[in-house]
Amino acid sequence: MRNIWTICRRELYAYFVSPIAWVLLTIFALLSGVFTYDMAALFVRAGFESQMQGQSFPMNINEQVLAPLLSNISVVGLFLIPLISMRLFAEEKRQGTIELLATSPVHDSEIVIGKWLSAVLMYGALLVVLLADVSFLFLYGNPDWRPFFTGFFGVFLQGACILALGTFISSLTKNQIVAAAIGFGLALFLWILSWSTAFGSSTTVQVLNYLSIISHQDTFTRGVIDTKDLVYYLSMIFLGLFLTLRSLESLRWRAA
Amino acid sequence: MIQVEGLTKKYARHVAVNNISFSVDKGDIVGFLGPNGAGKTTTMRILTCFMPPTEGKATVAGFDVFEQPFEVKKHIGYLPENPPLYPEMNVRDYLTFVARLKNIPASQVKSRTEEVMERCAVADVKTKLISKLSKGYRQRVGLAQAIIHNPDVLILDEPTSGLDPKQRTETRSLIQNLAGEHTIILSTHILPEVEAVCRKVIIINKGRLVATDSVESLKTRTGVGNAVQIQVETNGQASATAVQQRLEQVAGVKKVLDRGIAGDGFVFEVESQPGRNTRGDLARAVVHAGWNLLELKSPYTLEEVYLALTDSAEESAAVPAGGVQ
Repeated sequence: MRNIWTICRRELYAYFVSPIAWVLLTIFALLSGVFTYDMAALFVRAGFESQMQGQSFPMNINEQVLAPLLSNISVVGLFLIPLISMRLFAEEKRQGTIELLATSPVHDSEIVIGKWLSAVLMYGALLVVLLADVSFLFLYGNPDWRPFFTGFFGVFLQGACILALGTFISSLTKNQIVAAAIGFGLALFLWILSWSTAFGSSTTVQVLNYLSIISHQDTFTRGVIDTKDLVYYLSMIFLGLFLTLRSLESLRWRAA
Repeated sequence: MIQVEGLTKKYARHVAVNNISFSVDKGDIVGFLGPNGAGKTTTMRILTCFMPPTEGKATVAGFDVFEQPFEVKKHIGYLPENPPLYPEMNVRDYLTFVARLKNIPASQVKSRTEEVMERCAVADVKTKLISKLSKGYRQRVGLAQAIIHNPDVLILDEPTSGLDPKQRTETRSLIQNLAGEHTIILSTHILPEVEAVCRKVIIINKGRLVATDSVESLKTRTGVGNAVQIQVETNGQASATAVQQRLEQVAGVKKVLDRGIAGDGFVFEVESQPGRNTRGDLARAVVHAGWNLLELKSPYTLEEVYLALTDSAEESAAVPAGGVQ
């Protein structure tokens, strides 16, 4: 446990003394702010319009603001997350510092989990910005916090899952750009798998849809924590970390 | 402290280390010599559990590198050829991280960090970013990293490469100070360094062990240790031939060669019979004759020993191939 925390702490140090953390935070703050403002403004206008027309449309801040906001954020995540995970192992390999880690009394699994955990915390820092934005809705409106909470949890899990895959990708190369590019590719691929639902509902399509990373978000934003989705995310995280571990081991045998 | 038996490491296309065996006793400083690509780094990486051997066995501090890597890692400090430093960290934060990584108890992390910074003379740059440090400082931070957990065994891969002569002397004396508490293996191809620092040498070439011995007996073994160079000043009282004849009379001397005049004296090269140390007798002979003994030294450095050994290894490796034809 102590080793995991040692590794994780150094990684967080590296994020925050380098520009990476600040650049990501800035980009995310801008995007998240614009999305929140747009959604809220649209909602307010729709509210005025319904009053002026004298008809009362059913207005629901959870469905009309928070749910689309979260789904936008989860797509933004697909683009930003590979930038968080790209350096984890690629940089160690390029600098040769991997020799320090590999010859210290630390288990490979502790290295992998420590690094992934630091990336998850970094992603968590981005989501805190979103919470700050959303807090205004809670301050001036009266949304139900429970579906927002589950939706937020879903976005967080999705991020943790892409980060696990990104950690694995980073362990395959010395080049951060390559790691980021493959990360984008994989994230996008996992996203568009859900588009297969357009082709009907055969078993293959259902399997593909289940494998898609984004199709599991809907249930969360509706306020439901489904074991099926939990199992999906947790097993993807496990897969990513397990592959990283194997990749580290093979690195030793090949000793590139 | 270190036992290596039949160690072999094969890569896809070539054999990096071929059936090497040697042992290092506690407290020894051993020089690991060989041309570039001889397999020094590979051997060191196996000893530090960075990678497993293809065949053979190696134990460090009584633990097998393959079976109990975790225990081995606790007892080893390793400085790779490129010091494993994080450029974005400052010296103190980096060493604190390494201290934690090496499982130093939380209460001692701070004191150990301060201690190694003093010891390796990097305390004056402790708040500087590693990326801003000069090569010499980086090397010393690398060394601090290797000794922070007070390991029994220190493995240093070319600790002085790329340093200027002053930094090299500093690093060398630092290593000499570490001797005694630690068993040290250091690889290098700078021979005077080995003569200055090490008691024992292991020479490998093309993945094979060429020699493992003390510096002195290596010189004797290759024949170059039997020769001494002597410089004698006669103040015009005797000719070079007279001095040469006097030296030839010393018991145990095989041959005396006139090497001309250097400065104020005549220079001779004296070859003794194998196994005889004639230096004392030579000095006495010169002084009794009323001449001045200006210099008495071994004309050969480890350089020649090394070349003789690595060359002959190539020849002997070529012989079986010729025999088959």
